[in-house]
Formats: sequence, structure tokens, C-alpha cells
Amino acid sequence: MAEVRAEMVANVWKVLVSEGDTVSDGDTLVILESMKMEIPVLTEDDGVVAQLKVAEGDVIQEGDLIAVIE
Amino acid sequence: MLTDSLGPVLIANRGEIARRIIRTVKRMGLRAVAVYSEADADLPFVREADEAVPIGPANPAQSYLDVAKVLEAARVTGAKSVHPGYGFLAENAAFARAVIDAGMVWIGPAPEAIDRMGDKINARNLMEAAGVPVAAGTREPVTDLSLALRAAESIGYPVMVKTAGGGGGIGMSVALDDEGLSKAYEQAARAAARFTGGDALEGPAVLLERYIERARHVEVQILGLPDGRIVALGERDCSVQRRHQKVVEESPSPGITPELRERMLAAAVRAGEAVGYLGAGTVECLVDADKQDFVFLEMNTRLQVEHPVTELVTGLDLVELQLRVAAGESPDVRPEPRGHAIEFRVYAEDPKRFFPGPGKIMEWDEPSFDGVRVDSGYEAGNTVTPFYDPLMAKLCVYGEDRADALEKGRKAVGAFVVVGPKNNLPFCVELLDNAEFVTGDYDTGLVARMRA
Repeated sequence: MAEVRAEMVANVWKVLVSEGDTVSDGDTLVILESMKMEIPVLTEDDGVVAQLKVAEGDVIQEGDLIAVIE
Repeated sequence: MLTDSLGPVLIANRGEIARRIIRTVKRMGLRAVAVYSEADADLPFVREADEAVPIGPANPAQSYLDVAKVLEAARVTGAKSVHPGYGFLAENAAFARAVIDAGMVWIGPAPEAIDRMGDKINARNLMEAAGVPVAAGTREPVTDLSLALRAAESIGYPVMVKTAGGGGGIGMSVALDDEGLSKAYEQAARAAARFTGGDALEGPAVLLERYIERARHVEVQILGLPDGRIVALGERDCSVQRRHQKVVEESPSPGITPELRERMLAAAVRAGEAVGYLGAGTVECLVDADKQDFVFLEMNTRLQVEHPVTELVTGLDLVELQLRVAAGESPDVRPEPRGHAIEFRVYAEDPKRFFPGPGKIMEWDEPSFDGVRVDSGYEAGNTVTPFYDPLMAKLCVYGEDRADALEKGRKAVGAFVVVGPKNNLPFCVELLDNAEFVTGDYDTGLVARMRA
């Protein structure tokens, strides 16, 4: 199980996966936006998206949980 | 004074530039009206304005970019003119028209000039017709990948791919081959759709240009006067860039000869004349330092972020000139630049990867000594939020020559205290110790080489 967390305060611009999706290392889960910059959040593991904690339009803080990959 | 008719002046912007405009507006004896989003209520510009109107939530689309809300703020405060600053609505011709239609003075060029220069393809063709050199590139919008691949074949790799609308380096990238081009095209198309509201599926306008390796980015400040004259106010070298966005600017450019400077200033005047330009504008060029030659890049129909370096070497107040021109005056401007000025953009970002680092400012102490000017948007206790660009302040230094300016830069950067948000002051320290930057022999690839 791997937790994917936010590296900075950001807005969730796009959510590209849903719970239950199969993903592999390097896939983009969500795209954050902070200070006019797009920041793709990637998984570093192969697995299934067990939990997805953010929705488009959310404002998330540094360290917030974005997703859990199992 | 003709400018008396401009007040109250509504400033349709935020942060450091709103604060900087307010300063000149008040000095000229006019009332300054600010607008602000919920996220910015505590910032100094809101307090320093004579009057400030809340215009909605943090999301810029619902506040600073919402034309109806900005116009309503102007109406309720009885504003007679609108200064857009840079970014947000500054290059939105429809907004400029709406301001004029509401009976106010638009402090900027005619909406037609914004339209003609806002489309980079159109601007490029117009400049070529006016005898301003342009890089080999597409003359029609490129709306799908196959067109892009064909264009690249005739231009020759490497090519620069960018969106026809928009600016600020967003959506721009270099392609070295067909494979790189398909990625670059997709990125530009996505950026175009996102920032201009166009639809990526319907083929947003993208253009391709020959990419000049080891180029310097040098721009000329112009001022168009109501009597028809265009005056060139000197150049700024903006070659210190990360992600195609400027970090440090200086004037004069250490990379051009007096002969090339003269040719560039003359071309910038021709560019302004070709569109009947009024007010402050900037003609951006790429300079091939080895060949001492240049090509037109784009024209920005507004005040630039880096305008203070021009102010420091000319002694002019560009915002005052904008107001006077907007009021119908044709001031007799004869710039005689002297000395050397450098601006460091203090960004809320980590100094290694340049990733955004918003956060609460715990400590903030600006350097203050002879030859230093700080245009800042924040103070201790404020929070830098993720909703807007990362610019916290512009640290500007002025010296009698470049060596003196570099020395003052080192002292000023070292004395600037920012605790809280990640910031790029450590990068500025590094830059001031970098051999390429110190000698002046650098190009737009400098920052990438520092991080390679």
C-alpha cells in the first residue's frame, strides 16, 4: 500500500483516475495547480487506486492525502 | 492638469503592481481605488488605496478576471479611469472596450492595438510587413499535428512551439524532432484551451518558429504619444529565465553592441508606428549574441513586470507617463539612460526546482539602502496563496555601472529576510556568483545549465 500526498498547497485541477482503476508506475493520478503552474501527481507504484481523497476544485494543503494505491 | 480628469483611478489588479500604481496615482493627487478578492483582503495594497472594493472569491475567474464585477466596482466608486496593471485583464481587448463604453478612460493602448498584437501570428505578420525582422515560422494558425509536422519540416528543427494567444511562457516548449513536436504540440494546445477558453478538440491556434539556441531575450520599452510620436526608452535584458519565465532583468543589456541597440530601438519604434501605438508597450526580441542580430518575438501591450529597471536608468516614472498619455498629454520625453539597474524577482518557490511554495509569511524584512528599490506585494503576517502567480516582490538595484550594480545586488539579496514561504533568494545568491552571469556573457539557457 502506498500513500500519495500533496507536496504543496494547491488546487486540484484535474482528476484523471477513479477508485478501482489499475495504475502503473509513472501514471498521472491528478493534476494540481498552484501559482499558475500545473503539477502532475504521479504514482510510483503499480496497483489499484484503493482510495481517492480529492475532487476537482478542492484546495489541498501540503501533506494532505491524495490517493492510496494498493 | 489634464490628468485631474482621470481620478478616481481604479486599479484592476493586485499585489505588488497594484501597490506600485497606487503610489504614483496618489503622488499625482488622484484618488486610488483598489479591488480585491477574499484571499487578498489583508494585503498592503488594499489598505494603501484610498478606497477598496471586494470583488469575490479567491479564484481569479470569479474576481480579478470577472469583467462585470470590476466594472461594477468602478461604477459604485465613481472611477473615471481604469489601470489594468499586467496579467489578468491587461491584454483583454473586450475589457478595454467595456471600460471605454462605460464612459471611463482606459489607461492603455487602443483595444484594436491589443487585438492586433495579442494574436502572435497576426503580430508577427504585421511586424514583418513593417520591416521588423522575424524568425522563420508559420504565417497561418497551426490547428492540428499533421500541419505542425509539415511546418517543422520546412522551418527545420529545433522549433519553438507556442500558443497564438496568451503569454507568460505558458504552453511554450522546444521540439528537437517529430516525436518531441507531437508532445510540444499537445502541451501548447492544452494550454491554449485552458487559458483562453478555447476548445482543444477544435484545434486551438498554435504557431511554430525557428528556435534560436543560445539566444538572449532583449526587449525595448516604447511609449506612444497622442501626437503620434513613438519614443524608445531603452532596452531590458531578460535572459535569466526558468520555464520560459523571467527571473532577473537588467538594463542596459550586457550582450548587445551600441550599433545593435540602435537598430533594435529603431525597429521597436517602427513596430509601434505600425499599430499606431499609444502608451507604454514592450517589443520583445530574441538576440543572437554571436551574430549580433535580432528577431521580433512579441509585443506586450501593457506595463511590464520589469519596468522598474527602465525607471532606474532613465529616472522616468512609467506609470505617470501612462496616466499623462491617457489624459491626452504628449510629454517631451528624451531618455538619456545612465548607470546600470538589475531586478530580481523574489518568487515564492523552492530555489532548486522552482516549484511553487505558497505559505504564511512569518518574517519579512526588505533591504533599504542607497541604490535599492523594493516593489513588494506582501508584509509579515500575510499569506501567499496558491491562487495567483508566485511573485512576492521585485528587488531592484541601481549602480553607476554593472559591477557596482552586482555588488549592490549581493548586499541587497543577502539583507532580504523572508521566513515562511519557500523563496528563490538562495537562487539569486547563486546567480550573483555564477561566472556567466557575472561576466554578462549568458543566454536564456543559463538557469537550465545551473540546474543540469
